[in-house]
Amino acid sequence: MLAMEYRGPKRVRAVQKPMPEIKHPQDAIVRVLRTCICGSDLHLYNGNVPDTRVGSTFGHEFVGEVVEIGTDVTKLKVGDRVIVPFNISCGECHFCRQGMFGNCHESNTEATAVGGIFGYSHTAGGFNGGQAEYCRVPYANVGPTIIPEGMDLDDAVLLTDVVPTGYQAAEMAGIQKNDTVVVFGAGPIGIMAARCAWLFGAGRVIIIDQEDYRLEFARNYSYCEAYNFNEIGDPVLFIKKITDWLGADCVIDAVGAEAAGNLLQTITGRKLLLQAGSATALHWAINSVKKGGVVSIVGVYGPTDNLVPIGNMMNKGLTMRGNQTSVKRLLPRLIEHVQNGVLNPKGLITHRIPLEEVADGYRMFSAKLDNCIKTVMMPPTANQ
Amino acid sequence: MENHNVINTPIDPKQIKGWGIDADPKNDPTYPMRARMNISQDPDFKHRPEALQPVETEVLRSIERPNVSAVFGTPEPPSGLSGIIRRFAFHFSENQYPHWLPLLLADRVNVVEGVVDDLVHGHVPNIFAEKGYKAEWKHSPQTLVLKMAAFTAVTAGTILWLSSGNKKKKPVKRSRF
Ligand SMILES: [Zn+2]
Ligand SMILES: [Zn+2]
Repeated sequence: MLAMEYRGPKRVRAVQKPMPEIKHPQDAIVRVLRTCICGSDLHLYNGNVPDTRVGSTFGHEFVGEVVEIGTDVTKLKVGDRVIVPFNISCGECHFCRQGMFGNCHESNTEATAVGGIFGYSHTAGGFNGGQAEYCRVPYANVGPTIIPEGMDLDDAVLLTDVVPTGYQAAEMAGIQKNDTVVVFGAGPIGIMAARCAWLFGAGRVIIIDQEDYRLEFARNYSYCEAYNFNEIGDPVLFIKKITDWLGADCVIDAVGAEAAGNLLQTITGRKLLLQAGSATALHWAINSVKKGGVVSIVGVYGPTDNLVPIGNMMNKGLTMRGNQTSVKRLLPRLIEHVQNGVLNPKGLITHRIPLEEVADGYRMFSAKLDNCIKTVMMPPTANQ
Repeated sequence: MENHNVINTPIDPKQIKGWGIDADPKNDPTYPMRARMNISQDPDFKHRPEALQPVETEVLRSIERPNVSAVFGTPEPPSGLSGIIRRFAFHFSENQYPHWLPLLLADRVNVVEGVVDDLVHGHVPNIFAEKGYKAEWKHSPQTLVLKMAAFTAVTAGTILWLSSGNKKKKPVKRSRF
């Protein structure tokens, strides 16, 4: 089968690989119908995630058709079309039972801080991902959700990560009616978080980025105010100024470790690798939120610490939250929102490419070429 | 310079479809960190799925967990020099730098192993294609030209320096560990 393959930082290709096999009685094999490139794939692509082995296949956002099931799979049958949440969850462990499906304890041998994630390095369980014609899906009784009749596959594939993660970012921000919410980062997740903030009753939503085309997209898609940090001076000061010098009620960091915007952070964190990436967005978030406010982190940070202003966090009495998204917990509600037209996930898709062109797809997204927001890839067997 | 970006007119949120439909006083920042799912079962930290995936390849595991998780991925078992480094890293807990830094080093070594492996199998990697430069050439040719010029200059400089016959002592490649 054809699959994307990692060869080293900024080097990927499409190659022939052996078909995935059932390894556990609750496994299913899925023929991939749509798969996306995600902002968090860029951390792998750039070589920043420990234990990303050469030869791995990325891809944690995919939908597909079940072609084979293990002996213990009862909730799916061959031929079902499914949304596959990006996290791999057993549904039975301590954490799954609390609804923390993104923190499953039975899907990753290599680390206890993070659960298993499709195509996201051995640190996240060593699973091959869905940027391929076929993919092994463990715990097929738990995560995969049948795509409702009539739902567009393009909408469905964004329900594997982007929509739930944007939504959970807003949820974790603890937004109360009429709160002012600031989102750092106007990538697909930031744009979706800004859109979802309204569902929680935000009174004002502001998004900050440095790419004008992304800001323009966010203004139209998420109905929010959008500002370029290169034009507003110090973004923290700017936010204070437009919030009566109090700060925002809630701030969402949808950037993570590859933030631009601070030369010192960029040099020490991204060029010299003296820190695990740059913590610019996190600094801005902590410093621009109101006292007593909430910082919600969905941007990916490295496992080692950065020079984070943690003292400020304590002094300001902040609540800081972050997590991998519990896709399964949120799916029923979000499917409802898509079916009722409250959310329009496929509106984020700007590019469609065949899987064979995966290297160009990664380059376009990572270099922000051709006003790229979200790319969907089609494996050759998707149209059978 | 006119600041063309500050053209934001806040809108009346109540016009937005779905405004406030998920507003819920229970959306406090501790949800759902404790059992709040109404699933009538208390979390059971000893519970594991019935079936366990058989361990058929070498699987590295965190020393913070007593056993191999019930399922795991099997694609690229540790091998070669990078494998040795990875095995070393797994003697340390996730709380230790000696766990994470060697893993990053192993990843770099693994890239070289990947190229060697390609060559051994008679495949010369097409770096231009693998880096997606075709797309860059199409959408941002000037960036690519600059990159190539810088690369050529550095390469030429290095070759000149190496072939200058000035056999000063070779710089010792220093590891960061
Ligand atoms: Zn994703
Ligand atoms: Zn679990």
